[in-house]
Amino acid sequence: MRRAEILTAIFLALISAYLMWKSGEGPEWDTEYVRWSNIGVNIDGSGPGKGFWPFYLALGMLISTIWIIVNAIRRQSPPSQSDEPFMDGYAKKMLLFVGGGLIAFLVLIDLISMYAAIAVFMLYYMLFLGRHPLLLSVVTSLVVPFWLYLFFDILMTKVQPKGTRWIEDTIYNPAGEFFRGQSLVMLLVFFAVSGAILAFSARASRQ
Amino acid sequence: MEIVEALSQGIWIALQPHNLGLAVIGVVVGLFVGALPGLGSVNGVAILLPFTFVINSATADPASPMIFLAAIYYGAMYGGAISSITLGIPGASTAVATTFDGRPMALKGEADRALVTAAVASFIGGTVATLFFTGFAPFLSSVALDFGNPEIFALMLLAFATFIGLGGDDIPKTLFSICFGLLLATVGFDQISGEPRLVFMNEREQLAVLETFGVANADESVPFFNSVGWFSRGIQFLVLAIGVYGIGEMIWTINASRYKITMTETEISFARIMRGIIGMKDAWKGTTIGSLLGFFVGILPAAGATPGSLMSYGVTKMISRDPKSYGQGNPDGVAAPEAANNSASTGAMLPMMTLGIPGSPTTAVLLAGMVIWGLEPGPRLFEDRPEFVWPLIGSFYISNIIAVLVNLAFIPLFLWVLRMPFTILAPVIFVLSIIGTYAAYDNMYDVWLMVLFGIGAYLLRILDYPLAPAVLAVVLGATAEEKLRQALLLSDGNFEVFYNPFFDRDGKGQEWWIAPVTTWIALILIALPIILWGVRKLRGAPRPTTE
Repeated sequence: MRRAEILTAIFLALISAYLMWKSGEGPEWDTEYVRWSNIGVNIDGSGPGKGFWPFYLALGMLISTIWIIVNAIRRQSPPSQSDEPFMDGYAKKMLLFVGGGLIAFLVLIDLISMYAAIAVFMLYYMLFLGRHPLLLSVVTSLVVPFWLYLFFDILMTKVQPKGTRWIEDTIYNPAGEFFRGQSLVMLLVFFAVSGAILAFSARASRQ
Repeated sequence: MEIVEALSQGIWIALQPHNLGLAVIGVVVGLFVGALPGLGSVNGVAILLPFTFVINSATADPASPMIFLAAIYYGAMYGGAISSITLGIPGASTAVATTFDGRPMALKGEADRALVTAAVASFIGGTVATLFFTGFAPFLSSVALDFGNPEIFALMLLAFATFIGLGGDDIPKTLFSICFGLLLATVGFDQISGEPRLVFMNEREQLAVLETFGVANADESVPFFNSVGWFSRGIQFLVLAIGVYGIGEMIWTINASRYKITMTETEISFARIMRGIIGMKDAWKGTTIGSLLGFFVGILPAAGATPGSLMSYGVTKMISRDPKSYGQGNPDGVAAPEAANNSASTGAMLPMMTLGIPGSPTTAVLLAGMVIWGLEPGPRLFEDRPEFVWPLIGSFYISNIIAVLVNLAFIPLFLWVLRMPFTILAPVIFVLSIIGTYAAYDNMYDVWLMVLFGIGAYLLRILDYPLAPAVLAVVLGATAEEKLRQALLLSDGNFEVFYNPFFDRDGKGQEWWIAPVTTWIALILIALPIILWGVRKLRGAPRPTTE
């Protein structure tokens, strides 16, 4: 844990130093600009420049990371006193599967649309990580995105990414036409029916 | 009299069907969120904030979205006790102190009594705090009307100093978190000069990168590749909040619980609930202390409900005739933190609504929400937007009543939900975080950033970096910078305007002492840990830790 603490703090210190340097930058179009001339507290009587606040904040970050490193070297902070590993085997595996799953989810949103990505992610999580029965996993990963579709796309017209043109044309456009034509009562019926199917599959899976 | 009239009108509006419905839904959602281990009011409010943009456009009533979120906030304070008592793990950090005596009560077979005590104490705490709120808020906001730039900046400094002095976390890490949050808020365009700042790639460079990967001018329906702008869009507040509280916290909880949770069996019936309510007479002391102390700790900028409930527990134990019974299942030990966390959550709303400075991480999210709905939190709110303020205060009273009734009536249902496997809950939270962020900003760049922040937040949390200060800082960042720069502009770059009460401010407001006094309190709070450390060194060996 101590090594992780020190390495993280060094990494954050480097970021802080970079941000300090970046704060001194001038506007792109101003070729006459001299670096650091915007971090003063009163420039030409017009108050602090645009780099003033970020520069001193980044300086504050740098000072605190150095403080953290010193504390860690002197074993003054709890993580630097702990003999536990930064992440044990379980934590590493979990982060890989969960974090990796999330990244894959985001990539899929661009490719196959938000709701299909949700279905794939839910199925992956429930079946592979949760080891839930197949029926329950499949039904949940269909019902959850369906509910979200009804709520966001249909009821609230907050349109989500639809993937490639082909997916949009063949699935979402006809579906949108169908559901937008329904009354609120009918939409609630769709909510309820899909909920009932979910409850039924949960019950069936328990037996 | 004016207040009574305004309040009764506010309660009337809050009782309108759409507001009442939102309050009921909010309370129920809050109870669930609070009861689920690892999720608290701030997670619920952050993840569900995007949904209120929708509510805001669907109802004409300006108070409706806030009534919904405030109800979640209250509900979560009630709900936290449910898992503290039956699972022995706090449903939220605000309910940590409830486990101290709630869990032993449950193990003794008195889970039902502990649950009822928690619910009733929460109700009393919430109601007492709402009464205080109604009395204090108009007064405080009328005082704050005269605040200038130095005063507001000094108050923000006080909020951050509270984290350092009273937060109890590692000081350099808290400091890092604050500076980092404030810095994130500066990315994008500078509001004063209008020039871009800390924008890591301009559009030309972004296109060059995309071309290198061969994806520039990609299919128009692939949103990420077309969301050029990236950092010049700035770093939206919700991106950090949902990342930290939706993704990061969830990964943390998965690792901490390893998907396994065991639950104490609880019997509950009408007769048992009534017996629990009668048994409240043994817990009046904790309830009273929690209600009063919680409110005043809650008012402190940035302190919030967690320190409020821990302090109330400590004080109740300290003045008790039988301090040894605490930790063994003393009802006072359940009542004090539960009354306090509800009271503090109302208290935390006070500086948010009257000064524009949140009193807790959750109110920081609420504050950001108000800005997005087009309201300007701060002293002018009471003058300019009474149609928002009074229905909201009215809803505090109503939500408390709804929360206690729903809580008591549906305890068995909450216990059933707590049995829901974590491997179903976790992906649902992830999905809500992602779709919520997209719905808020219509941009995949924000969603990517949110998930990366979440994973980063999890890694930093393992190393004990507190992240609530960063969330608060990113909310306050833009205002803090604006006030600081304007104050320095008017004082010709002289920092004395913040700390010297005799500094000559032309056309100064009558509250000229407020900025210096606040600044000095903040500086003392920042110095407090260092002073205490010095005193301990002077005294020689470190004090032995006593129970």
